[in-house]
Amino acid sequence: MKFATDRKRVVGLGSAGSGTGHFWTMTVTSVALLALTPIFVFTFGPLLGQPYEAVIVALGHPLRALIMALMIIVGLHHFRLGIQTVIEDYTGGLTRKASLIAFSIISYGLMATGLFAIAKLAF
Amino acid sequence: MADVNRGNRPLSPHLQIYRKQLNSATSILNRITGVAMLGSAILIVWWLLAAATGQAYFELVDGLLTSILGDVIMTASVLGLWYHTLGGLRHLIWDTGRGLELDAADRMGWAMIFGAVVLTLLTILVV
Repeated sequence: MKFATDRKRVVGLGSAGSGTGHFWTMTVTSVALLALTPIFVFTFGPLLGQPYEAVIVALGHPLRALIMALMIIVGLHHFRLGIQTVIEDYTGGLTRKASLIAFSIISYGLMATGLFAIAKLAF
Repeated sequence: MADVNRGNRPLSPHLQIYRKQLNSATSILNRITGVAMLGSAILIVWWLLAAATGQAYFELVDGLLTSILGDVIMTASVLGLWYHTLGGLRHLIWDTGRGLELDAADRMGWAMIFGAVVLTLLTILVV
């Protein structure tokens, strides 16, 4: 017997506790990545294999630094939420919790490392 | 809504008896390429960090990423990235309620596969 009213169930934003927040953030980041991905591929791609001096000069340009930073921020945020779905599909209990924490550390750690490198090259 | 059945709902089909089709293959490949992008992201951040560290270390990492094995990995990364991008685009189209009919979904599935290959060849040509 359920004592909660329909309204009470909605007020708590559903069983996930966050409503459609995860879905909507994935939608927003995927639309952003739809534009960012081609820009990133044709910005980063030509730099791979270039001499050190040329790469330093290229990544010192604000526009290229911003493109690299945006791809790393939005891409890894999208990854962090995407891997959450995968983890929740295949694991449960403590494994699920530990995996979610581990992949958050990996995602945000990689994001911070990339941004540090970009900042060091840009300034 | 308060009396909704919460325990006895139908289960997803078991993989052992599930007939393979284009939709399931493109879907699982979309997930695999998404997860694989972590490896590509690690390599790119490593390359950036090497560039920020100094010339000797940059040349080591850049040399590894442009070696034969590095070329294979980066080409596979680009293929995976384009495939996942097109897969995401298909999801965005589906989210609007369009293209959910079986033949339309199949057409988009083939478009994802061939589109990813074409975009990868284009990337190799340009880059």
